[in-house]
Amino acid sequence: MTLARRIIPCLDVDAGRVVKGIEFEGLRDMGDPAELGARYNREGADELVVLDISASVQGRATFLDTIRRVAEQLNIPLTAGGGIRKMEDGRAVLRAGADKVTVNTAAVERPELISELSQQFGAQAVVLSLDVKRKGDSWEAYTRGGRDATGLDAAKWAAEAVSRGAGEILVTSIDRDGTCSGFDCELTAKIAATVPVPVIASGGASTFEDFLAVFTDGRADAALAASIFHQETRSISALKKFLAERGVPIRMSR
Amino acid sequence: MKIAIVDYGAGNLPSVERALRGLGADTERAVEPAQLAAAKAIVLPGVGHFAAFVAGLRERNLTEPLRAAFQAGVPILGICLGLQAMFASSEEAPGDKGLEFFPDVVRALPTNVKSPHIGWNQVRRTRESALLRGIPDDAYFYFAHSFAAPASAEPTVAACDHGFPFAAVIERGSLRGVQFHPEKSGETGAQVLRNFVESIQ
Repeated sequence: MTLARRIIPCLDVDAGRVVKGIEFEGLRDMGDPAELGARYNREGADELVVLDISASVQGRATFLDTIRRVAEQLNIPLTAGGGIRKMEDGRAVLRAGADKVTVNTAAVERPELISELSQQFGAQAVVLSLDVKRKGDSWEAYTRGGRDATGLDAAKWAAEAVSRGAGEILVTSIDRDGTCSGFDCELTAKIAATVPVPVIASGGASTFEDFLAVFTDGRADAALAASIFHQETRSISALKKFLAERGVPIRMSR
Repeated sequence: MKIAIVDYGAGNLPSVERALRGLGADTERAVEPAQLAAAKAIVLPGVGHFAAFVAGLRERNLTEPLRAAFQAGVPILGICLGLQAMFASSEEAPGDKGLEFFPDVVRALPTNVKSPHIGWNQVRRTRESALLRGIPDDAYFYFAHSFAAPASAEPTVAACDHGFPFAAVIERGSLRGVQFHPEKSGETGAQVLRNFVESIQ
């Protein structure tokens, strides 16, 4: 009897469409979130994350509708976030069908947001999204999609968030994101050793070996990736088979 | 037959409702005591805090109708916090009483394991289980909780280990409970709900 390591596809959503950031090119359309969500649900994803990356007010308005449409397709957990600023934003996302909500920028600005969400909805529903850059021997937390340095040590901030009621930490290496050079295993191992809650690794996944490394050296409880799954070059079921054959506890779908 | 899903003001009601309807079950949201008094079967879903849960039931005058339904042998399925609420009390809210169908106290997961226990885990059958009928022994279920009833509780039919052995599935008489979320546990979870729906028809 073992708690399985989770494989979590992520949909970055702008104005109701899944998008992917391409260097020098802006955003590329990757498809309909409900269709992609249904496909991942079928292929054995352990959970799905939907992030609102739209900068516009119009984009925000469609996000709750996107959550509703995606949730209807799933019989696995759904996590949603991006732009959650206050308790009512969190409530709206959960009411729309998400099981968990991620918070980042607003929680750095006002850490009480984590306590409020946790007291209302339970720690299992609150995920701290931690975007970090390496700074010498440690890591610094960033907000606003990786644009603003906070001066906060990532591990210390993660520990504070957990003490305030965050039930999971989603840690993204900004240095690795989009580079296809693999997860920052040192980073996830550091966070996992610091906090008593599950850690979801994100940023840099490219090969099946990257996932194996983050579950072993990186001590991650779950691994999140976006674009490598979108293009059907590497299926979730093939990844899970690869990991299971190498001794990682994995839920194989039937 | 219509299944009353208890709406105590929070919780993951829509996903439970969608999962049951997907199996062809007829459901209604129960917010009034009279709805529970007339119910032929009840689902008690729940996420969040034990204190908020029992307060939500109390404020809507749903506590006594649930106890009456239990006494009358109406099938009741508790999910996650809904299972925990069937016990006497919880360490999460020491001053609050649960539904007291069972005398045990729901305990906090210990500090030597990650808490919340979040993710897909397997269960160990300790007795024959109607809810797990047709489900392989090595199947995975989705858990998301920080508290649990001890596996030593009398109605336990399947246990899971996370810090201590806890009740993953309980069954006694017309009462059923699962600590995991069947509505989030893929095809395996759908089979659990199907077993419940079929048992009440």
